[in-house]
Amino acid sequence: MSAAVDVAHAEAPEGAPLSQRGPAPTRVVAAFGFWLFLLSDIILFAALFAAYAVLAGSTNGGPSGAELFNKRHVLYETGCLLASSFTCGMMMIAMDRRSTRLTYLWSLITAGLGALFLSLEFTEFADMIHGGNGPTRSAFLSAFFALVGTHGIHVTVGIGWLAMMVGQVATIGFAPMVVRRLFCFSLFWHALDIVWIGVFTVVYLGAYR
Amino acid sequence: MFGNLSWDAIPLNEPIPLATVLILIIGMLGLLTLVTWKGWWPYLWREWITSTDHKRIGVMYVVLALVMLLRGFADAIMMRTQLALAAGHAAGYLPPDHYNQIFSAHGTIMIFFVAMTFVIGLMNFVLPLQLGVRDVAFPVLNSVSFWLTAAGVLLVNVSLGIGEFARTGWLAYPPLSEIAYSPGVGVDYYLWSLQISGLGTLLSGINLTTTILKLRAPGMGYGRMPVFCWTALASNLLIIAAFPILTATFAMLLLDRYLGFHFFTNDSGGNPMMYVNLIWGWGHPEVYILILPAFGVFSEVIATFSGKPLFGYRSMVMATMAICVLSFLVWLHHFFTMGAGANVNAVFGVATMIIAVPTGVKVFNWLFTMYGGSIRFTTPVYWAIGFMVTFVIGGMTGVLMAIPPADFVLHNSLFLIAHFHNVIIGGVLFGAMAGYTYWFPKAFGFRLHEGLGKAVFWCWFFGFYLAFMPLYALGLMGATRRMQHYADPTWQPFMVAALVGAVVILVGIILTIVQLVVSIRTREQRRDLTGDPWNGRTLEWSISSPPPAWNFAVLPTVSGLDAFWSIKRNAAIPAKQSPLEPLRVPTHSPLGILVSFFAVILGFSLIWHIWWLAFVGLAGAVAVCLRHAWRIDLEDLVSVAEMAAHERKHQTQVSP
Amino acid sequence: MTTTRQFARHLASATGLLFSAGCSHSVLDPQGPVGTAEKLILYDATAIMLAVVIPVIVCTLLVALWFRASNKRARRRPEWEYSGRIEFVTWSIPAMIVLFLGGIAWIGSHDLDPRKPLVNVTKPVEVEVISLDWKWLFIYPQEQIATVNELVIPVDTPVRFRLTSSSVMNSFFVPQLGSQIYTMAGMTTRLNLMASHPGTFSGLSAQFSGDGFSDMRFDVRAVPPVEYQAWLISTRSRSEALDEARYARLASPSRADKPTAFGHVTQGLFESIVHRHGAADLSNPAPASESNGSF
Repeated sequence: MSAAVDVAHAEAPEGAPLSQRGPAPTRVVAAFGFWLFLLSDIILFAALFAAYAVLAGSTNGGPSGAELFNKRHVLYETGCLLASSFTCGMMMIAMDRRSTRLTYLWSLITAGLGALFLSLEFTEFADMIHGGNGPTRSAFLSAFFALVGTHGIHVTVGIGWLAMMVGQVATIGFAPMVVRRLFCFSLFWHALDIVWIGVFTVVYLGAYR
Repeated sequence: MFGNLSWDAIPLNEPIPLATVLILIIGMLGLLTLVTWKGWWPYLWREWITSTDHKRIGVMYVVLALVMLLRGFADAIMMRTQLALAAGHAAGYLPPDHYNQIFSAHGTIMIFFVAMTFVIGLMNFVLPLQLGVRDVAFPVLNSVSFWLTAAGVLLVNVSLGIGEFARTGWLAYPPLSEIAYSPGVGVDYYLWSLQISGLGTLLSGINLTTTILKLRAPGMGYGRMPVFCWTALASNLLIIAAFPILTATFAMLLLDRYLGFHFFTNDSGGNPMMYVNLIWGWGHPEVYILILPAFGVFSEVIATFSGKPLFGYRSMVMATMAICVLSFLVWLHHFFTMGAGANVNAVFGVATMIIAVPTGVKVFNWLFTMYGGSIRFTTPVYWAIGFMVTFVIGGMTGVLMAIPPADFVLHNSLFLIAHFHNVIIGGVLFGAMAGYTYWFPKAFGFRLHEGLGKAVFWCWFFGFYLAFMPLYALGLMGATRRMQHYADPTWQPFMVAALVGAVVILVGIILTIVQLVVSIRTREQRRDLTGDPWNGRTLEWSISSPPPAWNFAVLPTVSGLDAFWSIKRNAAIPAKQSPLEPLRVPTHSPLGILVSFFAVILGFSLIWHIWWLAFVGLAGAVAVCLRHAWRIDLEDLVSVAEMAAHERKHQTQVSP
Repeated sequence: MTTTRQFARHLASATGLLFSAGCSHSVLDPQGPVGTAEKLILYDATAIMLAVVIPVIVCTLLVALWFRASNKRARRRPEWEYSGRIEFVTWSIPAMIVLFLGGIAWIGSHDLDPRKPLVNVTKPVEVEVISLDWKWLFIYPQEQIATVNELVIPVDTPVRFRLTSSSVMNSFFVPQLGSQIYTMAGMTTRLNLMASHPGTFSGLSAQFSGDGFSDMRFDVRAVPPVEYQAWLISTRSRSEALDEARYARLASPSRADKPTAFGHVTQGLFESIVHRHGAADLSNPAPASESNGSF
């Protein structure tokens, strides 16, 4: 079955399929590993979505989503997050061009939009809690706060990570390691946007069914 | 200042945990004193604790597994002794609140810290070697994974001396595990320990999947990977897909317990049935995570020692991936008796049986691998044949319980206990021991003592049957699981037989330690000089034992299955010597141990509600990660001279 | 039925008798139609699978022994690694077994669905079961009496159970009568059983529920209908009544409770127990959710 195998030779035959070309470059390996992490994170969210779906009707005599959610508020939140995805993309273009100034600018805007999203969400949560509709009120609210709150925690961690990356660009410059990490960050940030679309649909739009 | 922690947490009035903890503390202090006095710290720190070498990390995982086997098995012996005594009106020597902690700890430790750890350790050690590459995809992350697992181990063991462990069984079903019915710290120890080690496992899953899919020697397409790599791939994909469910579910239970949420409480709309569904959504893939690499080990062992290629490679791969996918579709068979209705039960019952098909195919293929071979009866082969005989019985009882009405009378009985020990011991443990014996010479440069190895096998084999066949009978006699005592004295002889079986296994475990000591002492007699002690077929046998840090000086080019076998067969054709180039290998990193240190602080302080200390733990972990993020010097240089010298030495030993 | 299967059945029956001799809780010594049907499934499925498992074990040992390296008579085939025909067979055999057993599983699941009422000319007896920490409360709603840790039922009469829990999950199980079913707070599960012979059968909880779990045992006494009526009359004359207050005392944790009986039970006590957990959900006006998964 096998021809002579060359122990010392380190190159694959010409025109070999991708699977036979030997170890992939670091850039590819890092991105792939991060994709796998994102998939695992999405499954984490899937479990929270499942819990929400099961518990959405268990309001314990309290108000349902339709009575609690503010559509305009949610629209602003969504706008912030979608816009931040766009600005994140602009940041990646700036990185491709190796422009530190533009990278800082677009990172700042991205982080700012993310922070704006978080503050909107924070006020939403605070209002609900002050109105006696915190997560301890009912299973529905527990599931709501856990799902939306976990997304919010991810956004917070993302902003922290972005700050760290700006620090790395400032101190190390666009070394391959930093470029890889910025790429992973952008994947993360876009993924959070996709999760938010799920949240928006299932939680906020779903409440008005 | 210290949250809920007070001196009451120490079990001064409970002799068994107290004695155990004292012995452990004295033992550990003794060990630390020895290491310090001999001046081994710099070596241990640089070469093991902060190592990012997959071979070192793999060995540490296996050592951790074997150590925790002692703890988990001590729990088992205590349980068996209690049941052998507590018949009729006798109360035994373990009151219920202790007994309930012991069986919960037994299950938790055996699954998470023995089986998972052993399997991940073997995969860590072997995969890069079989794939013909230098290390896993993310070596530093690998170290972090190991140390996070160790952090979980530490927390579980701390619960022995400070506080208590969960009294809920190894899956902690609510409402029993909610704060209302388990107000102590036990469930919190369980949850935080598993969240921390679970993160380590998830990262490992990502690491090894990336390694298999993106890092292989040139020419090694998917159809040329050893079957162990395929089973490891399936197992790690399952880890990525299943562990986040565990994390989320435990997070929900933690929110219930700490912040008064209502995911699974009895009131305010909580739904304990949802927990059962979620946890088994993780739990069933988990058992396949454990068994698939064991199947891979057997494929390697049987092929190697039959001197034949594995029969039906394609079939084996398809069966493996089929099992991988199907394992997500059967979770409800763990709770047929929860009342889902005939249609739902029937669908899941049939789905469960369908998984038996690829498993059966594998057994046949192993059989046909042996057929026509020239079988050498080494210790790994004993384990393999013992597995083939034992596992099919366990599989049979599993398919039996997959029939819902049969399960209605067997669910949660000792029959169930016998079934899953049958498949986990007969499958996972036998596979782990086979892998341990098979790859030991590669890791350490000498083989284990054969006679003692076979004695270990026979102890486990006979001990298993003696310990668990009575339990099948007891289950049919109406005995349920997790009983601390029982009314019917006619069950006692069976319980005593089971205890004897456990003692036989204990002898096997002791002999494993003896075997290790004797093998080390007499290692010169069984030196592996060529790196290929078994006339192996796969690439790990083409390098020295132990391999150098860089594994392969030049990555081999592969053009078929069983790459090393082809190399040996074509040895008449001299290999072209490609010029060596200097290599960069990952350097050691303290990130793993430091993150883990802060994780333990975080976990412990959350358990005891010491909020300021929890903040310290979290901040410390973050700080350590930030510090690592700025490290640029992540690799060491290996010179051509060093590699060339090693290669020359290896060549002279292969063909003197 | 092939001779092998007959033999396996006889062997299994003999083993079953071995276990049941002297035992009052053996799954292999059923005393009712549900348990009998389930035992039949156990035997049939085991026999079918043994027909494959035993040859596999024997072949494994024989092949390993025959092809040992030291056996000079064995014909070696060191390159043989594939055979389409063998592959076809090795996939077919497990598939056929699974097909067969799958059929048994499908039919059995429907025939023996715990919710399915048992067909019998006799009017069924209704029993409401509540698992407490750590004892069992049985309410007879038609008779307005209740017992703790003792269940008396008439022979040859279907018993329709509705079950719930006052606290954590338990599982109501009488091995000699057949199927078990979980009890869960805020939920109502259903079970249908019948005793075909008089006797005293052991009952237990099969889902771990805490420190007093091992003591959650109760006796099921199946008695002739005449004796059952007499028992009803004598129980009704008991002075102790089970009302909310008495129930509250009963619900506090205790172990190894001796069997007791209540001559009168407050109407609707079972429903109120179900409602006080989880289904205190007024946005969901349906009464306490049934554990209902059928589509």
